[in-house]
Parts: sequence; structure tokens; C-alpha cells
Amino acid sequence: MSQTPTNLTRRAALTGAAATGAGLLVLRSVAPASATPEAMRAVMRTIVGDAPLRKGRVQLDLPPLVENGNTVPMTVTVDSPMTARDHVTAIHVLNEKNPQPYVVSVHMNHRAGAPHFSTRIKLGDTQRVIAIARMSDGSFWSGEQDVIVTIAACLENF
Amino acid sequence: MARALINVPPKAKVGDIIEIKTLVSHPMETGYRVGLGGEILPRNIIQTFTCAYNGEEIYRAEFSPAVAANPYLAFHTLAMETGTLEFRWTGDNDFLLVETASITVE
Repeated sequence: MSQTPTNLTRRAALTGAAATGAGLLVLRSVAPASATPEAMRAVMRTIVGDAPLRKGRVQLDLPPLVENGNTVPMTVTVDSPMTARDHVTAIHVLNEKNPQPYVVSVHMNHRAGAPHFSTRIKLGDTQRVIAIARMSDGSFWSGEQDVIVTIAACLENF
Repeated sequence: MARALINVPPKAKVGDIIEIKTLVSHPMETGYRVGLGGEILPRNIIQTFTCAYNGEEIYRAEFSPAVAANPYLAFHTLAMETGTLEFRWTGDNDFLLVETASITVE
């Protein structure tokens, strides 16, 4: 009986160590993706132009681990008062590793009331998804989310 | 052929932020997949979605092949006046679907 607690802690320590190792592995495999692929960078340039793209104010909600890339729920929320003088005019969602970089673009004005939309997307690979919001003052803000995909869209026929 | 489900609250107060949910039946074939015979399946997607409130466009979305089959879109708008909302989806192969919903604003 007296051995049980020690066994448990040892087991807990081992699983903890394994989880940390797995976490490090995931981090290592995701890290190179921060070098944004060329096609996506080109699209970002056409959207943003010469204006600076700042991080923040855009929250992109995607599950961090996706089993089926054919249908991935996505919600984009932008921090904006949505008044006639200060509102979001467009939100563009882009991806790095699908066959093409566009996902969805929405256009709105202050009558949208809440700068928030939900849809479902396809992801062809483990990758980073970026949302860019254009504000009525012409500034651009971005938010991003890394997604691990186990069954990719596009490749399988369902 | 194609069908759409639209969820608009039937009643609202002036200035309320209402949520509109839309779901349309469409394969959203990407143009990148290979069929059983090895041929590339031609692209067939919905390209644009617009929502007009009493004739004024209030929301527009541009879809790409990366939008999942049977596109779902939920968004918000301000309830301004009693009237109709017109939803219009257009896409490849002359796809066109128009649906309307009415809302009472008091």
C-alpha cells in the first residue's frame, strides 16, 4: 500500500515529462511555418498595400487541433465600436498551405452592429490562418491562429 | 435545386443587434480534387454572397474554394426598420439563389 503513492507520482512525473516532450515537438514542428509562404504574403500585400499591418484587435477562433480539415468552424471577432466614424469595413481570412491563399472575405459597414462572423472552412494541412481587418480609418489589424490538421481536406474523397 | 436555410429573428427593437444565420446547400467543389477516373473535378463554388436590407446592401462575402461545402455564414446587423432582407448567392456555372426573409421592427 505504501508503494502506491510513490508509483503514482512516478507515473505522473513520467507522463508529465512525456507531455512536455510532445509539446516541445509540436512547437518545433510548427515554428518554421512562421516563415509565411510566398503566395500568402503576395495576397497580404495586395490587400494592405503600403499601409502598416499591426497585430491585435482581431481574434480568430479556430480549434487548435482539427481531425477533419473538410469542415473547420471558424469565428472572427474584431475589437471595434462599430460607430459611423469608427467601424470595420472588411475582414479577410488567408491561409498558408491550402492550394490557394484565400479563405473568405467579408465587407460591411457600421450597420453590421457587431464586427463578428462565423463560417466553416477547409484546411489542407497543418498551418497558420490569418485574419486581416480593415478599419474605416484605413488602418489594418491582424490576428492569427495555428491549426494542426490530422485529416486534410482536398486530398481525400468523401 | 439548391436550398437555403435562413434564420432571422422575426421581431426586434430599433437599434437591436440581430444575428442572421445562413446555410446554403452547395458542393463547393474546389477544382483541386481528382475524381475516380483520375480526372480533375472542375471547380464549382459559390463566389459571392450579399445581404440587402430594404434594398440597401449591408453585408457582402466573397467565398473561395477554402470555404467548406454547404457554406454557413452567421453575421450581425442593426435592426433599423420593418422590411425584408434579401439574400443572394452567386457562383460558378451561373449559380444563382435568392431568398428573402421579413423582419418586424418596433
